Amino acid sequence: MIQADLSIVLPEVVLAVYAMLALLVAVYTGKDRVAPLVLWVTAGVFALLAFWIGVGGGGSRQAFGGAFIDDGFARFAKVLILLSAAAILVMSQRMLERLEIMRFEYPLLLALSVVGMMMMVSAGDLMALYMGLELQSLALYVVASIHRDSTRSTEAGLKYFVLGALSSGLLLYGASLIYGFAGTTLFTGITAAVTGQLPLGLLFGLVFLSVGLAFKVSAAPFHMWTPDVYEGSPTPVTAFFATAPKVAAMALFARVAHDAFGGAVGDWTQIVAFLSVLSMVIGAVAAIGQRNIKRLMAYSSISHMGFALMGLAAGTVAGVQAMLIYMVIYVTMNIGTFAFIMSMERDGEPVTDIRALNQYSKQEPLRALALLVLMFSLAGIPPLVGFFAKFYVLTAAVDADLTWLAVAGALASVVAAFYYLRIVFYMYFGEEGEALDRSMTPVNWLALMASAAFMVLGVVNLFGIDGMAAMAAEALVGR
Amino acid sequence: MASIILFAPLVGAIICGFGWRLIGQTAAQWTATGLLFLAALLSWIVFLGHDGVTEQVQIMRWIESGSLATDWAIRLDRLTAIMLIVITTVSSLVHLYSFGYMAHDENFREGEVYRPRFFAYLSFFTFAMLALVTSDNLVQMFFGWEGVGVASYLLIGFYYRKPSANAAAIKAFVVNRVGDFGFALGIFGLFFLVDSIDFDDIFAAAPQIAETQISFLWTEWNAANLIGVLLFIGAMGKSAQLFLHTWLPDAMEGPTPVSALIHAATMVTAGVFLVSRMSPLLEFAPDAKTFIVVVGASTAFVAATIGLVQNDIKRVIAYSTMSQLGYMFVAAGVGVYSAAMFHLLTHAFFKAMLFLGAGSVIHGMHHEQDMRNYGGLRHKLPYTYWAMMIGTLAITGVGIPLTHIGFAGFLSKDAIIESAFGAHTGAGTYAFWLLVIAAAMTSFYSWRLMFMTFFGEARGNRHTHEHAHESPRVMLVPLGVLAIGAILSGMVFFKGFFGSHEDIEKFFGIGAAASLVADAGHGEGVMDATRELAQGDAEGAARAVTEPVAEEAGAEAAHSESADAAAAVDEGGHGALPGDGAIYIGADNDVLDAAHHAPAWVKVSPFIAMLLGLGLAFWMYILRPDVPGRLAASQRPLYNFLLNKWYFDEIYQFLFVGPAKWLGATLWKRGDGNVIDGSINGVAMGIVPYFTRLAGRAQSGYLFHYAFAMVIGLAALITWFAIG
Repeated sequence: MIQADLSIVLPEVVLAVYAMLALLVAVYTGKDRVAPLVLWVTAGVFALLAFWIGVGGGGSRQAFGGAFIDDGFARFAKVLILLSAAAILVMSQRMLERLEIMRFEYPLLLALSVVGMMMMVSAGDLMALYMGLELQSLALYVVASIHRDSTRSTEAGLKYFVLGALSSGLLLYGASLIYGFAGTTLFTGITAAVTGQLPLGLLFGLVFLSVGLAFKVSAAPFHMWTPDVYEGSPTPVTAFFATAPKVAAMALFARVAHDAFGGAVGDWTQIVAFLSVLSMVIGAVAAIGQRNIKRLMAYSSISHMGFALMGLAAGTVAGVQAMLIYMVIYVTMNIGTFAFIMSMERDGEPVTDIRALNQYSKQEPLRALALLVLMFSLAGIPPLVGFFAKFYVLTAAVDADLTWLAVAGALASVVAAFYYLRIVFYMYFGEEGEALDRSMTPVNWLALMASAAFMVLGVVNLFGIDGMAAMAAEALVGR
Repeated sequence: MASIILFAPLVGAIICGFGWRLIGQTAAQWTATGLLFLAALLSWIVFLGHDGVTEQVQIMRWIESGSLATDWAIRLDRLTAIMLIVITTVSSLVHLYSFGYMAHDENFREGEVYRPRFFAYLSFFTFAMLALVTSDNLVQMFFGWEGVGVASYLLIGFYYRKPSANAAAIKAFVVNRVGDFGFALGIFGLFFLVDSIDFDDIFAAAPQIAETQISFLWTEWNAANLIGVLLFIGAMGKSAQLFLHTWLPDAMEGPTPVSALIHAATMVTAGVFLVSRMSPLLEFAPDAKTFIVVVGASTAFVAATIGLVQNDIKRVIAYSTMSQLGYMFVAAGVGVYSAAMFHLLTHAFFKAMLFLGAGSVIHGMHHEQDMRNYGGLRHKLPYTYWAMMIGTLAITGVGIPLTHIGFAGFLSKDAIIESAFGAHTGAGTYAFWLLVIAAAMTSFYSWRLMFMTFFGEARGNRHTHEHAHESPRVMLVPLGVLAIGAILSGMVFFKGFFGSHEDIEKFFGIGAAASLVADAGHGEGVMDATRELAQGDAEGAARAVTEPVAEEAGAEAAHSESADAAAAVDEGGHGALPGDGAIYIGADNDVLDAAHHAPAWVKVSPFIAMLLGLGLAFWMYILRPDVPGRLAASQRPLYNFLLNKWYFDEIYQFLFVGPAKWLGATLWKRGDGNVIDGSINGVAMGIVPYFTRLAGRAQSGYLFHYAFAMVIGLAALITWFAIG
């Protein structure tokens, strides 16, 4: 019995064991001197696990009495999490060295948080959910303040920790309400309990739980930590925050909504729609005043989470599919953009002001073009892939009679286009200013170009992602 | 063979337009011209070998959308064959002529390449025109229709450095849009009624359409009449009929070969072709036919009056063209489509020749177009003079009265005037008188042109006159060829177009299966009866049986009234079904016979009118050259009225162009500028930044603010669910 269960959670076990073993080994060998090696090995392990999970068996399996679910949806999310984490990790090396925070704990903390994320997307029980969530969060609190000599970094870590604790409290309170009214923490049990009219206690439990999850996806009005943490954390950490945890939290949100509360779609879609519209609008409007590219990306990710939530708000298979596609494209765009941001330096010092990009196109035409493509894609301008991401969620929303939400999203994206295009404006039409350093590591260059190429070439068939996302969505909702 | 005719000009256009860089200018021009001559040769073979039976050549599946399924196919019948020879012959000659005419052009700078472009446009036009006339369905026709419109636009504006040419091109395009709108509505209407746009289906359904009522705008209409009028509105635009004619005179801004090809011989006759092609439908639309007759006759008259006083040699011919198109529409409107096509054919020859002759004069006179600066040119330009003389004899209708011997225009124009008289309707009589008066005016302005140009003393710039020269041979050969057509085409083809019923039926392939006239009528009635019986409607069945009989009786009575001995013979054709043959002549349509049996004074009247016009012109411009000036001075208001083209342009400027510009400017400045831009700017520069500042202030950096926001959000959600 336990053997069968373990074989299902084997990838998570492998990663956790790897993290702990590597910690021990590194401590007793070269400590920080082996950090680059650990970083690369960890990234390699991520990639291998992604490959293993990706090509591994199909179907839907459960472990530990339904507390852990391994289905198409979970595998899709896990592959995305692992690959994005690996990409961000290898991109970070140079920047970490520059900031003198190249510690061997860093990759291993990320590995542990990835374990947590994998737990999250596979959660089939409120306990498993919380376990995964906290494991992920605890690791992230630490990496947020890993630059201990920087007050901003420690401040960011502290803010994140305190607010995260608040959100965990809310989530736990919601979980206890649900348990109280449903009599079980298993998602399948909750589903059985939520037939027909939802009892008020269960409804409140759902709201509290959603708030806790909304904090993790940084959906408005639970987003306030995002700009400060993004700005304060070292850029590699910011890049990580913007990608893998968002995927995990989003997938968890979908998992809870559809698996546990599949009988109360009408209720949670209201919450999600509310979060969605607020996130899109605030993400668009508040970013306009920003000149710090990291804060800008924070608001950008809030806005994008709003769009992804729009797919979820549709409450349909197509909606989940659209959400997954959106997340893939969002993550790809962010990897490319952060690959560039990490290389923004002047005289060896990191720069975050977007005005530093003045006339960048004259200096580095190819990189400027790649960034232009990414910005256009982030803004959702056809025919780039970013447009199709938005198109899918808008279609899903309209088909689910959420036309008002789709209209609000379209309007918000118009406003959001302003700050993406402003970056392009600075690069191509800005005034002459001090130039940025020309150096860029090959890895970052490759990530930037690959990401931009994906935005252009993906137009053909999205590299088949929509089919995979459809299967994943079917696995989650279609049961 | 038909496919080769159709596509040879397109190939020529492509090679000439895009390939001249590879093969050189001259070779490109020769390629286009050579392919057109090939098309012309094949067209004549097709025409002479045509036996009147409709052939259809499918080229490809074209459109399939819902119940709309359409082939790209060539419909080859007598109408098409006529148009083929007209188009390819004139076009090939115009190509040849253009070698000389376009050799040097001061509208282009030294070293600019414009000739391949010109030839490519000409060839493209020819292709589009051929696509129009070979079409097997209305959408295909509309493609050609718009194609010639584009080519016309490009060629009118060929001298793109001249603002007047650009304005004329735009005007032509815009005015044609008005007509095309009607045409498109007609197509939509037919598709709505018949669920098909293929000619075969439409023609077969024509009798049913005639019995359908359709609601359009705010009135109930008879469907056939409505469709007929709508289609004719399209024809009015393309053929410059009254109210939609204002573009044609301005189109003379284009090079003269263009005027000859497009604005005289071919494109402007597309409307006549359309009306003839739709004859199976129009025969069931008496009111639409009346409308056509009235518009056609009025156009012929108005255009002729304007032509009396114009001084630009090309404008005189342009108004003459417009007037002659009016003649053709009258013929079509009274139901003698063959006469309309007859005049179309002859007119193409002599009008193209007049234009090319005018072009030759203009060429020889260094692009001087004002006739007041001509005079005495017959010695300087002898060949051109003789060609123009033949053209004038043809257009004014010189021939031997009461016989079938004469220049081309004599036969075809008289056929129309007799047909108008033979209609024996109010509109027909109106048309008859206007056309006779117009014939006198035609003669006057044509001879005025001849006298002012080739006779009298040299006027205007002496230097220009001293250097006036005859055109090169490459320009004179087309004139000669067309002159043959202008002399002979009337006499040669008279029998087929305006001979006896039998001749016309044979020529147009009508009634291949029409031996059983009355039976067919009865049979149809009986079929109707059985159909209606099957529906359990006994009354309707009875009506269906009796109706055809009554019609028959009426037709019989009409025949006996006109004491037509040949009545028995014509019935052979009357039984033909719509769409059987190139044109359709309705069962009760005996205008042709009535025209043949018109009194002698009717037949002689156009000839007398011609003599009157000639005499007056001779008196005013040869004997007493001072008369025109004094007449103009004494009749100043009338003269100005005619010189200003009945003030059509001014009225349109006031009624349409002005208000449209005002509306556009208002929407642009007020609507777009103030309202739309204003509100967008307000949102973008006022409201959004306000919220941005607000959000920025909320993002204070204080932890408790953030926690507070979260709690507020939670409280809002809880409240929402607790209340909801």
